[in-house]
Amino acid sequence: MSLAFDKVPLQLTVNGKPCAVEVEPRTLLVELIREQLNLTGTHVGCDTTYCGACTVLLNGRNVKSCTVLAVQADGSDVRTVEGLATEGKLHPVQEAYAANHGLQCGFCTPGLLMSTVRLLEKHPKPSDQQIRKAIAGNTCRCTGYQNILKAIRAAAAAGK
Amino acid sequence: MSPYPFHYHRAHTLAEAVTLLAQLGGEGQLLAGGQSLIPLMKLRLARPGALVDLNFVPGLSAIDEHSGEIRMGAMARHAALEDSELVARVPILHDCAAGIADSQVRNMGTIGGSVAEADPSGDWVAVLLTLGAQVRCTGPQGERIMPVSDFVTDAYTTMLGPAEIVQEIRVKLPPAKSGGAFIAFKRCASVYASASAAVQLTLGDGDICRDIHIALGCVGLTAVVPIAAQDALRGKPVSAKSIENAADAAMAAAEPQSDMRGSADYKRVLVRAVVKRAIDIAARRARGERVEAGHEYVARV
Repeated sequence: MSLAFDKVPLQLTVNGKPCAVEVEPRTLLVELIREQLNLTGTHVGCDTTYCGACTVLLNGRNVKSCTVLAVQADGSDVRTVEGLATEGKLHPVQEAYAANHGLQCGFCTPGLLMSTVRLLEKHPKPSDQQIRKAIAGNTCRCTGYQNILKAIRAAAAAGK
Repeated sequence: MSPYPFHYHRAHTLAEAVTLLAQLGGEGQLLAGGQSLIPLMKLRLARPGALVDLNFVPGLSAIDEHSGEIRMGAMARHAALEDSELVARVPILHDCAAGIADSQVRNMGTIGGSVAEADPSGDWVAVLLTLGAQVRCTGPQGERIMPVSDFVTDAYTTMLGPAEIVQEIRVKLPPAKSGGAFIAFKRCASVYASASAAVQLTLGDGDICRDIHIALGCVGLTAVVPIAAQDALRGKPVSAKSIENAADAAMAAAEPQSDMRGSADYKRVLVRAVVKRAIDIAARRARGERVEAGHEYVARV
């Protein structure tokens, strides 16, 4: 089998900016984001659809970008952790994680932030059960999650 | 990790997808949500020469009511089913949709992909069996529709022909005084269940169980229908004793294998527990109570 495969042209909006790229069909969304668009805030943790470090928003919904082909995202709106802060000011969810020590090493944080943003867009005043369910696909090996829960409750209370 | 290289074909209509699959012969595989296929391709356990992408076919993800049925398009995402008020009218469907893996996987994964994959640990088939669901397929010879019990023939094996596609899943709205529940026990959110039980039952006068359908997930090559467990309840009053008898019979019908999710003996005990709970909740729902059910983790949420 020949390894010369046609590249597929894609048009996406990434963090509000239109972007035209060409990818091999096998390119993962996270590879496109990190290696072609140089947005390295999105992390690859397990690379097996488990840990959620690679979570981004695809048309507003959180997905594991290690388990989405870039071609599936054609025409979509992609939001990564780099899209949260505006004009040098942290997003309220980022503020809440910082203020409540919702992170230690920080590796899982980009993914958790994106799942939290999605949760609060869907349920601005989430119950604890809704919070736990929303971040069940994001693994953190440092915090024990308690401060993450505090951060999310604080972000919700702050109205964001 | 990267999949082996493959050719990419984007279908814009269902007919185009069928034609592409037929042209590609054995080389082509369908891409739905990709939440099972992409991990398999990354691990290089799957090596399709070409993918036919269904994500850009309009209309394949509709969730509609028609002739007393809920019709769920094959590309309906688990999350869309979880959020659907129509689907919530059949609580066992909502139990299933709302707890598959985690929110990220539910946002991509589809009911059609899950049913067509026929993974013995998948959640949907067991649930759909208890509702007598129908699978509507389209292929080069046209359309056909068959019960899910006929559709899944073995582990990872279905009646689908080489160029045939699951188009829709149909579920009849259950009658009055019918209730269902799905209980799946798993080690954490993102993994397959260790064992699961789907129960749909209909009550008659005096709390008599008029009809009952039970299916067990993850404890056989396909979902197991424990006939003796159904017989232990059908035509009898729903009581602690009859539920106990049914759960014992279900445990005897399970054929689990020891694996990283637990030993076969452990899973048999688990089957008894989830069946008992699912029957109890199904009966309470049939009486009109609002009770929560769904996926449960070792660490409770």
